[in-house]
Amino acid sequence: MASKIVTFTLNGRETEVMVKPLTTLAKALREKLGFTATKCGCYEGNCGSCTVIVNGEPVLSCILPVEEVEGQNVLTLEGITPAEGLHPLQQAFHENFAIQCGFCSPGMLMVSKALLDKNPHPTQAEVAEAISGNLCRCTGYDPIIAAVLQVAAGSNGNQGGSHE
Amino acid sequence: MSDQALNTVGKSELRRDGLSHVTGKTQYVDDIQFPDMLYLKMVRSPLHHARILGIDFSEAEKVPGFVRAFTYKDVPKNLYTILCLIGVGPDEEPVLAEKEVLYKGEQIAAVVAQSEEAAIEAAARVKVDLEELPAVFDVEEALKPGAPILKPWGTNYFVYEGHHCRRVRYGNIEQGFAQADYIVEGCYEPKPIEHAPLETTGCIAKPEANGRITVYTNTQALYFSMDNTALILNVPFNKLHFVGGTVGGGFGGKVDVIVEPIAALAAMHTGHPVKYLYTREEEFHVSSTRVAYRIYFKDGVSKDGHIVARQVTSYADSGAYNRHTPYAVTKHAANISGPYDIPNVHIDAHCVYTNRVPTSAMRGFGVTSASFATELQIDKIARKLGMDPFEIRLINAYRNGDMRPYQKVVGDATLVEVIQAAAGMAHHPLSERFQAMNSWDRANSPARPEPVSAEKRS
Amino acid sequence: MAKLKGTGISSVNYPTGMNLGGDPTQALIHMTTTGTFVISLASCDLGQGLKTVLAQIGAETLGVPFENVLIDTGDTDTGPHCMGTFASRTTHRAGNAIIMAAQEARKTMLEIAADELEARPEDMETDGQGFVRVKGSPDRKIHLVNLALAGHFKYGKTVAGRGIFFKPNLGIDPETGKMDPDSTEAHACVMAEVEVDTETGEVKVLKLQSVYEIGRQVNPKLVEGQIKGGSVMGLGHALYESTEPYYPSPEHRPGGFFEYILPLAPDVPEMEIRVLEYPSADGPYGVKGFGEMTANAPIPAIVNAINNALGTEISTHPVTPEIVLQALDAKQSKS
Ligand code: FES
Ligand code: FES
Repeated sequence: MASKIVTFTLNGRETEVMVKPLTTLAKALREKLGFTATKCGCYEGNCGSCTVIVNGEPVLSCILPVEEVEGQNVLTLEGITPAEGLHPLQQAFHENFAIQCGFCSPGMLMVSKALLDKNPHPTQAEVAEAISGNLCRCTGYDPIIAAVLQVAAGSNGNQGGSHE
Repeated sequence: MSDQALNTVGKSELRRDGLSHVTGKTQYVDDIQFPDMLYLKMVRSPLHHARILGIDFSEAEKVPGFVRAFTYKDVPKNLYTILCLIGVGPDEEPVLAEKEVLYKGEQIAAVVAQSEEAAIEAAARVKVDLEELPAVFDVEEALKPGAPILKPWGTNYFVYEGHHCRRVRYGNIEQGFAQADYIVEGCYEPKPIEHAPLETTGCIAKPEANGRITVYTNTQALYFSMDNTALILNVPFNKLHFVGGTVGGGFGGKVDVIVEPIAALAAMHTGHPVKYLYTREEEFHVSSTRVAYRIYFKDGVSKDGHIVARQVTSYADSGAYNRHTPYAVTKHAANISGPYDIPNVHIDAHCVYTNRVPTSAMRGFGVTSASFATELQIDKIARKLGMDPFEIRLINAYRNGDMRPYQKVVGDATLVEVIQAAAGMAHHPLSERFQAMNSWDRANSPARPEPVSAEKRS
Repeated sequence: MAKLKGTGISSVNYPTGMNLGGDPTQALIHMTTTGTFVISLASCDLGQGLKTVLAQIGAETLGVPFENVLIDTGDTDTGPHCMGTFASRTTHRAGNAIIMAAQEARKTMLEIAADELEARPEDMETDGQGFVRVKGSPDRKIHLVNLALAGHFKYGKTVAGRGIFFKPNLGIDPETGKMDPDSTEAHACVMAEVEVDTETGEVKVLKLQSVYEIGRQVNPKLVEGQIKGGSVMGLGHALYESTEPYYPSPEHRPGGFFEYILPLAPDVPEMEIRVLEYPSADGPYGVKGFGEMTANAPIPAIVNAINNALGTEISTHPVTPEIVLQALDAKQSKS
């Protein structure tokens, strides 16, 4: 089957990628475009580590064909990292030791950002629910929930972050 | 050293790798790419136990992008055992199966192709002609006469210096049982478990211009993996260069040296970087698991709650091969008396082979099962005697100066303090007798040291 | 049918290290012209924070700020041998190796400072802030950068050190099992509170209270991270996880996260943690290894709590709803 060009906005920048049909967004980002902050723990839609944000919604990039994001707005962890310093969620994850091996962290950060963008002051149960599709084998989730709640407590709902 | 004198030890310094983790800049094996990289996929046994009659690669070779296939004939020293570096033997696991497969999922042949898709397709088209053989899955069945024998030395157990099990003998077990007021028996069976690190096991082996091979790997033990790889490939150790140290979760699952030797072999033969990264399904179906055990207890207990004798017969399911399980069983045998002072102990811990995915190291190595069994057993004793679970543990807790069943004097015991603190946390009242206990209250205990700082710090 | 609550405890030990082939690990340290100390190793960080705690141990012994120490690990061409990251050994083993190397480097560092400050090496001390100074006269001091430059370009001295941890292997007596397999023992007591639905067999862990004694803590937040992470892993082992759910039958093996159940964020119970510190004699600054045991202790505590709630004798894990319902049936047919 012939390859085709897919065009979308990636972290605020017009991006083109030439892919074979059914190439996933995760593979396109990681292998074609070199955006490897998005990690893949299963490549089959069951761990959440590959979560990116498309038009404000968290999606599993490992099972989404890249053709589906034609013309859409895709945000990855690279896109929320400011030129200097850290996004408040990144800062909170760092300070709360919400990271151990770090493999789940990009997905956790993206799903948390999507949550806070919609619901700036979630309860503990709402945070747990929001990240319940993301597996972490290291931290026991507790420090991750604490980090998200800390950001929520300190914010008015505007998460800053570039390329919204 | 007093705490005031400490500058950074004791402080919650932020993680050194924190910034790279939260920005996604940490590089794991799957993040490394080379333009001329090849992909390795395994042809695996679909049966639990079978004789290999033939392998046919002709259809696989027709797949566009197919580069090469490897069988055991390509592996210079195909038989190995991981712990051979420290004298454990004999070699018994093939890198690629030779005449027989002993578990479902065992590696038979490796296929290397220019894309992952082509490698998957080619591996699927390899035809392996197998004759199914009877399989055994139960550790006790495996030791009975008539069970299919899996090992060339004629038994289904690892031989510990001439014995069929790891033995621990301390005191006099018969006298211990004679002194006891009660006998409490139990059988405990923890099941096998997957490590499930979020990053799957894998590596990329890359040939360098100077003839060396660089292996980017997520092993938990760089030298261990490198040394075993050099032995298997029969190359000088300095031909290999292992790079890693950043692991996306290990938990004992990444110390088996399965992916590196075959990827390095393929790199040497093709002149290309070769990637061998487990899929999540491989991680579940063919990577080692935590050891499953069946553990029989017979404890002699006195009326006042002291365990005076313990006899344990334990069967560890090693699966088809050794990996790290023979040593796990030794650690299990040493710790199956728990953190308790028991004067008469008799342990037989068996490392048994079955037609199952090999088991190996996992967080808690041999002790997870021991802690599970001893802690359920002591509760069972407490129920029988109508005793409080905290108190029965305080009565039996080992003290400094006591002797462990493996004949090492206890020197770092703090179990009494830990249980007392836990009772306090749970608002579980302890009578004065139990509050007065401490880990240095034996006649032969050394002097009681001062604890440090924990309270001060928090 | 009802929801029944129960509590259970476990008290456990965990040995630090194994004793195969002496269980060695090495470290090399050298100071650069900028006053930075590079600690070269081949030890792997699995996420537990090894790179951080080893930098702390190195900085402590050298007497320099944490920021002045770099950990260079993960490359067999530059890092000396490490047995590997397992057996709760690496902070203990690599930490000891680093202390040995750091003491040697520190000695030369103090000699250079003494020469520069025209004093005796035995009168030198570090302030942990980046200076070496004369004891008793805090104004007579030299900054690490100046010290490093003097070492390199004036005295021609390497500020460097070598370290190894090695525990002679005495073997195992095959008859009695007499052995010395470990260096020190950490301890824990964990209490679990559960609620069991006797209709569905489902178990919810409501609370895990943990007391650990692990020698001296190098980094309390990293310690807490291990305890929390291990608690939740132990919860998964106790209730959900098995690669062979009908063991010893090999059928129905899960092949992905869609079939193998791991604990998720909403499963996390209330956790309370207390850490006691009785420094070990041979650990670096009294460290005991404890990373692994944090998954061990919760399992029997949870299963004991389930048996406490139901009056059953469940003796396996995971305790799936099926196991709970079978145990209730067994209990009923007995009575
Ligand atoms: S990699 Fe996408 S869900 Fe696991
Ligand atoms: S930090 Fe390792 S999986 Fe979450």
